[in-house]
Amino acid sequence: MARKTIRRLGELVLVLLIVGAGTFALMDLMPGDPAVVVLGEGHTEQEYAAKREEMGLNDPISVRFADWLASAVTGDFGVSFIPPHHEVSGRIAAALPVSVELAALGLLMALVIAVPLAMWSAYHAGGRVDRLVSAGTFGVLSLPSFLAGMLLIMVFANGLGWFPRAEWVRLSESVGDNLYHAFLPALTIALVEAAMFTRVLRGDLIATLQEDYILASKAKGMPPVHVLVRDALRPSSFSLITLLGISLGRLIGSTVIVEYLFSLPGMGTLIISAADEGDVPTVQGAVLVIALIYVLANALIDLSYGYLDPRIRRAHV
Amino acid sequence: MNPSTPLLTVEDLRTEIRTGQGTVRAVDGVSFTLGHGETFGIVGESGSGKSVLGRTVMGLYATGPTMTVTGRVIFDGVDVHALTPAGRRRLWGSQVAMVFQDPMTALNPVRKIGAHLTESLRRHGGHSRAAARRRAEELLRLVGIPEPRRRLDQYPHELSGGMRQRVVIAMALANEPKLLIADEPTTALDVTVQKQILDLLDRLQEEFGMAIILISHDLGVVAGRADRVAVMYAGRIAETAPAKELFATPHHPYTEGLLASIPDLHGPPHTLLEAIDGAPPNMAAPPPGCRFAPRCRYARQVCHGQIPPLRPVPGAADRSLACHHPVNVPAGGS
Amino acid sequence: MSEITVAQQTAPAAGRRISRPGLALSVLGLAVAGGSLGAPLIGWVRFGGFVAGLVVLYLGLAALGRGLFGPSFDLAFWACLGWLVVLVGAAVLAPLLPLAEHQDVAKTLSAPAMAPPDPLSAHPLGTNNFGLDMLGRVLYGARSSLVVSVGAVALAMAAGGAIGIVAGYFGRLADAVVGIATNSLLAVPPLILLIALGTVLDPSLRNIAIALSLLALPGMIRMARAAALTFAQREFVLAAESLGASRWRIMTRELLPNVVLPLASYGMVMVSVLIVAEASLSFLGLGVQQPNPSWGNMIAEGQENDVFVQHPHIVLVPGLTLFITVFAFNLIGEKARRRWDPRQGKL
Repeated sequence: MARKTIRRLGELVLVLLIVGAGTFALMDLMPGDPAVVVLGEGHTEQEYAAKREEMGLNDPISVRFADWLASAVTGDFGVSFIPPHHEVSGRIAAALPVSVELAALGLLMALVIAVPLAMWSAYHAGGRVDRLVSAGTFGVLSLPSFLAGMLLIMVFANGLGWFPRAEWVRLSESVGDNLYHAFLPALTIALVEAAMFTRVLRGDLIATLQEDYILASKAKGMPPVHVLVRDALRPSSFSLITLLGISLGRLIGSTVIVEYLFSLPGMGTLIISAADEGDVPTVQGAVLVIALIYVLANALIDLSYGYLDPRIRRAHV
Repeated sequence: MNPSTPLLTVEDLRTEIRTGQGTVRAVDGVSFTLGHGETFGIVGESGSGKSVLGRTVMGLYATGPTMTVTGRVIFDGVDVHALTPAGRRRLWGSQVAMVFQDPMTALNPVRKIGAHLTESLRRHGGHSRAAARRRAEELLRLVGIPEPRRRLDQYPHELSGGMRQRVVIAMALANEPKLLIADEPTTALDVTVQKQILDLLDRLQEEFGMAIILISHDLGVVAGRADRVAVMYAGRIAETAPAKELFATPHHPYTEGLLASIPDLHGPPHTLLEAIDGAPPNMAAPPPGCRFAPRCRYARQVCHGQIPPLRPVPGAADRSLACHHPVNVPAGGS
Repeated sequence: MSEITVAQQTAPAAGRRISRPGLALSVLGLAVAGGSLGAPLIGWVRFGGFVAGLVVLYLGLAALGRGLFGPSFDLAFWACLGWLVVLVGAAVLAPLLPLAEHQDVAKTLSAPAMAPPDPLSAHPLGTNNFGLDMLGRVLYGARSSLVVSVGAVALAMAAGGAIGIVAGYFGRLADAVVGIATNSLLAVPPLILLIALGTVLDPSLRNIAIALSLLALPGMIRMARAAALTFAQREFVLAAESLGASRWRIMTRELLPNVVLPLASYGMVMVSVLIVAEASLSFLGLGVQQPNPSWGNMIAEGQENDVFVQHPHIVLVPGLTLFITVFAFNLIGEKARRRWDPRQGKL
């Protein structure tokens, strides 16, 4: 077991290194002269040359990568090219909580919607509700998140005026306000995820409900809710957990678009505006951080399998 | 409780199941009675409908989107199929309980043994969590599981097949039901374990005074344990009789065929096994008359045309028969 | 449940008939939908009526179809197929169609700006804020989106198939390297990858297609590798090896044909994913650049200053087209998967 974990960790580190190298190399290809970006237009060629030397841009790429990596490991991603020259790590630290909260809220909402819906559909499989839900989720899955977001804005923010159109209030300032502003963006994210979760969980539940132990539980007089929640849900949750892992990537992408749409100060907006402005260090740092989170989250999900199925738990011990 | 009124009366019970290939009449007119504390065996081959019968009697199978149940099941004075689903749930696990065939699949693999028992105890018996746990431990001891307290926190896959079946039995007995329906309780077990389980059921029946419906395809299982036996074929009862009499003098050609097909340990070697010709009928479109007629060596015209009703056998106590041309009957049939 | 023998029921002789209720529903649906379009009622009521009419029309046509073609008639499938055929046909023929100007702002100085959709006018789907015709933009947008997405899928299939087969067949080091590379690609969430690439690369259609193909690549590699692994064990490969066939020959002649089918069904599903990805990219301004229309950047137009609140058609026209197209691809892809890749099952 220990050997396997060490091997996994090794792979993880290797993957992160490659991602880091890739991002670094990619940013190197970016058109434009970083010195110009930093200093601005209208300076002499010597000033640009001097700035380039100062920034170490004339060193070979391997040296620059090693330098950047060394600092990155300590959390120092350098300084933004764009005035005011904030520390990149600072900008990331400010933007990350927003994205994380949005993604987490979206995921939570998706589960709250999907689990009861899937249970009801599975219990009355083939019934009218089931077929409606099936058609509905299929439709939602064909809806891109920015379109869904705009529709929601049209109806709820501008049309009915129930929710604000943009703006973000930090959790530290006011929990209530924060949730109020986060609702519509989180719902946008939640819709697609909920559709996916419902479909998968429903399929799994239908299979589980055929098992003998479900009939045995019913034969003990257990009410349907009990049977669904305590007997059927646990064995069915494996594909849901797998799906949570797969949907993480999509989730991050959705978060980016939704942040952009609702003008929220998260990682997505950070990357997009930094890329637009040619702020290389910020893009590098942000991409690496996101990759790190993504990889770690996937590893965590792998671990949770053991908790859920005691048979696997035993095998790993 | 008046010992002379039957605990269970089944009147002309029919269960129709709608499948993709047509409507199957799995139970096609079954009637019998069961007294308190009695053991009633139901014997039949695969596809005879005996499992469906057991579940319909209990009410687990009831009229719904895919099946229709007609006829009556009167359990302890209550018409089971006239109850609401909630009403039936009150019966299950407390008055009536079922022991399922395959202990591997009858227990939820992700839940502990203790949970299987305590949830039933708490639901019907109103026990507190601690009291339920104590009772669960007692039950495990009762069914002969060693180290019961340790077992409570184990998972089904940590127990052997025989022990799992004991747990399933313990689950069924948790609230001391009046009726236990055992659907092929030993089929999935080793032969040596089979005897242990059947002995256990005997012992528990004496202790709790409960009635048992013992369903099996194995004549041997039913022979020594049941008071009365019903032989089922193609959704109908062929005959019922006290166990000893049934095996000594069967009246229905099917029963006769079944008994004849049992190989004899003491007979000469290389004896040809006797089998009943033909195959069970298609239950979506059964033959018009007696279901067994196509395979019966005594079949006559009336057998193919009319379904023989289940009638008491004159002169014999407590036997009934559905046959136009019975065998081993002294005064001759129709 | 105990095994109960059941006969195969012969299907009743099916006759073609015009379903009366189907006909009635269809006519009713058409009437309600058409009426709602023309009736002088409040916007939302009209919209609701139109949708209700469409639903009734759908039910009616489905019943008609079942009556005429048998109980397994699936209206949704044929409707989607029809939509795709019409869309692709119109997109291909766009330069030949009598459309109003869709791209050159200089030519639309006299055209009405922000005109709402009017089926009978010169601008059936309305115009945007520059007076450019929405119908034309939608069709030309379709050209970009479809070319890019299908191209990307084809690219991914070719590259992924080749890499996967090599990895699966050669094993060990090649496999390990491919594995790590694939995992690295997958370690970056798809949209982030696209954004990173989009900022660095010049947004030509070719580059966009290459970037999108990277999204589909890992999946293709995995499928091809898995298929290659299964088939490499089979006897016909061993037979070819024993006859002295070169590794190249084995890969192309024995493994490739077997890998193509699962890849193709996966590819169908990926087309709709990539259409959405391209739209997202264009929406963010990193994909197809104005004035070339793409469904994504048309929707983005509506987002600027929330113009779409006053003039919803700016967003709804490309949005609805995008939705229906993706829906159609998904539906057909799902059916194709069920027929040709039974392992996948339902989702």
